[in-house]
Amino acid sequence: MFPADLPLRYRFLLRTYRWRRAEAVPAARLARPVTEARVALVTSAGFVAPGDTPFDLDLTGGDASFRTIAGDAPLDALSMYHKSDAYDPAPITQDRNVAFPLDRLRALAAAGAIGEVAPRHLSFMGSITRPDRLIAEFAPAAATLLTGDVVDIALLVPV
Amino acid sequence: MCHQTVSLVQTELERRGIVTVSLTVMADVTAKLSPPRALAVPHPLGAPMGPPHDAAAHEAVLRRMLALAAQTDVPLLA
Repeated sequence: MFPADLPLRYRFLLRTYRWRRAEAVPAARLARPVTEARVALVTSAGFVAPGDTPFDLDLTGGDASFRTIAGDAPLDALSMYHKSDAYDPAPITQDRNVAFPLDRLRALAAAGAIGEVAPRHLSFMGSITRPDRLIAEFAPAAATLLTGDVVDIALLVPV
Repeated sequence: MCHQTVSLVQTELERRGIVTVSLTVMADVTAKLSPPRALAVPHPLGAPMGPPHDAAAHEAVLRRMLALAAQTDVPLLA
């Protein structure tokens, strides 16, 4: 079931593409309750903080690198690099929280629903058709960064 | 593609001991990708958390994702 707004050629691509199924891994277990947990966001909206290196939109197969976004970053200042016309960009342009709900995570922390907002969050560019470098290099680097920040829970939002 | 990117990153994070929950607006694609924990929502591709500036809706989605964090029977697609 694809979203009703997805263009026909993307429907075809999604039906015929050979998906890289994730390797089955054992479930990680919470070291502390959610209400005490440090939570990080991971988005594939291709957001870049002011002054940071843009994603390379011309890279064949997609730029599989990621950027970090500080937990106290103002969302309106983020630039967006995403090589996709599969969706309407208007909602994200109006409110970054629809793809990177950092303001909402801060609200949950303030309400005591989580322990705290992680110091750094991750932004990938979603349009990666050849994920070899993502698997070999950037996903492990992302894990090293978040484990170094002692993150308990990562919430991932695809765009 | 975005769901594949997220699924691959998610699996690596989980392997390294971080509890992960992803969002999906394409549940059938996510079922093929099989990440550890995913919450399906009926939102468009460009607004997976819900309508712009709808803080209550966004927070409700985050709370539903967090509610899956303690689940250890994975892969889980809720």
